[in-house]
Amino acid sequence: MEHPAHPEVTFHHAPGGDETVKRIIKTTVILSVITLIELALGFWIYFMHKSPDYSHGFVLFLKGVIVILSLAKAFYIVGVFMHLGDEIRNLIMTIVVPLLLFVWFIAAFLWDGDSWKNLRNTHGKTKPATEQQQVEPAAKKPGGVE
Amino acid sequence: MATAQAQMETKWWSGGKSPFNVEYGKLMMWYFLMSDAFTFGAFLISYGTIRFSQNYWPDPNKVFNAFPFAGHANLPLAFVSLMTFILIVSSVTMVLAVHAGHHMDKKGVVKWLAWTIVGGIAFLACQAWEWTHLITGHHAVLMDGKIQEIGTTVSMNPWGAEVPGMLHNGEHVTKPGPVAFGGYFFGITGFHGFHVLSGVVINIVMLVMVMNDVFERRGHYLMIEKAGLYWHFVDLVWVFVFLCFYLI
Repeated sequence: MEHPAHPEVTFHHAPGGDETVKRIIKTTVILSVITLIELALGFWIYFMHKSPDYSHGFVLFLKGVIVILSLAKAFYIVGVFMHLGDEIRNLIMTIVVPLLLFVWFIAAFLWDGDSWKNLRNTHGKTKPATEQQQVEPAAKKPGGVE
Repeated sequence: MATAQAQMETKWWSGGKSPFNVEYGKLMMWYFLMSDAFTFGAFLISYGTIRFSQNYWPDPNKVFNAFPFAGHANLPLAFVSLMTFILIVSSVTMVLAVHAGHHMDKKGVVKWLAWTIVGGIAFLACQAWEWTHLITGHHAVLMDGKIQEIGTTVSMNPWGAEVPGMLHNGEHVTKPGPVAFGGYFFGITGFHGFHVLSGVVINIVMLVMVMNDVFERRGHYLMIEKAGLYWHFVDLVWVFVFLCFYLI
C-alpha cells in the first residue's frame, strides 16, 4: 500500500500529470466566460430598467438564464476543482442526493413569500388586489392604514 | 481503465473497506460542507422569501454602483465583478496547490498556497471597503415628513422608491426601503466573509505546516486537499451570494 495510514482507500488516484493542469486551465476559462456572460446579462437588465415600459417577462427570463449559468458554475467548481467527479459513484450520491431537498425547499418558501405578499396587498383577501400599493403611497393619506 | 473495471466489480458494501473509497477526514469534510451548504441555503432562501413578500425591493445596480477611488461615478456591477474574479483566481491557485501536493512538490505547494492566501486577503479587503461604503454613504430619505440623511445598516435602508420630483443637494430623495435588506445583506455576506476569514487562517496554518516539512515527513499532502475542499466551497457559496444579491 502506498499510504498505509489510510486503509479506507481501496483504489488510489494516480497523481495527474499535465492533462490535469490543462483541465484546470480549461475549467478556469469556462468559469470566467460564464461569469462574463452573467455580467453582460446583468448589464442588459440594468439598461432595460432605464426605460419605464420594459418587459417584465423578458427580465424574468434573463434572470432565469443567469440562475442556470450559476448552477453550471457550481457544477464545474464541485466536479473539477473539488474533484467530486473523480470520486466513486457511492460518494457522489451521498453528497448530491441530500441536496435534492433544496428543490422543494426553494419552491415552498418562495411560494410562501408570494402568498404573504398577496395576503398583505388584499388585507387577508378582504380587499381586491391593488398592485404596487406601497410603491405609490402618494394616494395614501398621511397617517393612513399601513 | 483497468482500475475502472476493478472498481465496478468491487463489492463496496460487503464490509472491511470504506464504501466511499476516501479517507475518513476527507469524507467528514464533505459532510461538513454539505451541512454548511444547507445553512447558507436556508439563509438565502429566507432572503428570497422576504423579497418575494415585498412589493418593492431595492435595485442592486443602484445600491452597489461604487468603486474605490472612483468618487461618485456610476459603475454598477464593476466592484463585485472584481471580487468574483479574485475569488475564482484564488480557487484556481488552490487547486494548483493540491495538484502540486499530489506530486510531493513542496515548492509548488508553498507558492500556490501563498497566492491563495493573498487572494483571500484581497477579497476580505474588498468586502471591508464595500461594507464601509454602504454604512457610511448617507442618502437623503423622506422619513416622518422630514428629509434625513441615513446610511445602509441592519435597521435603516435608504434605498426605497424615489419621491417624484423631490431633490436634496442634487440627489433624488427616496422613501425608506424594506428594512430587511440591510440585515440580509450584512448577515449573509458577513457569514460568507467569516468563512473566507477562517479559510485564510486554515491556509496560513497549512502553509506553516508545509514549510516545516510536516507533510513531507507524513508522506502525503492530504491535509492540503481537505483545506482545498473548504476553500472551493467558499468560492461555491460566493457564486450564489453573487447571484442572489447582485445579479437578480
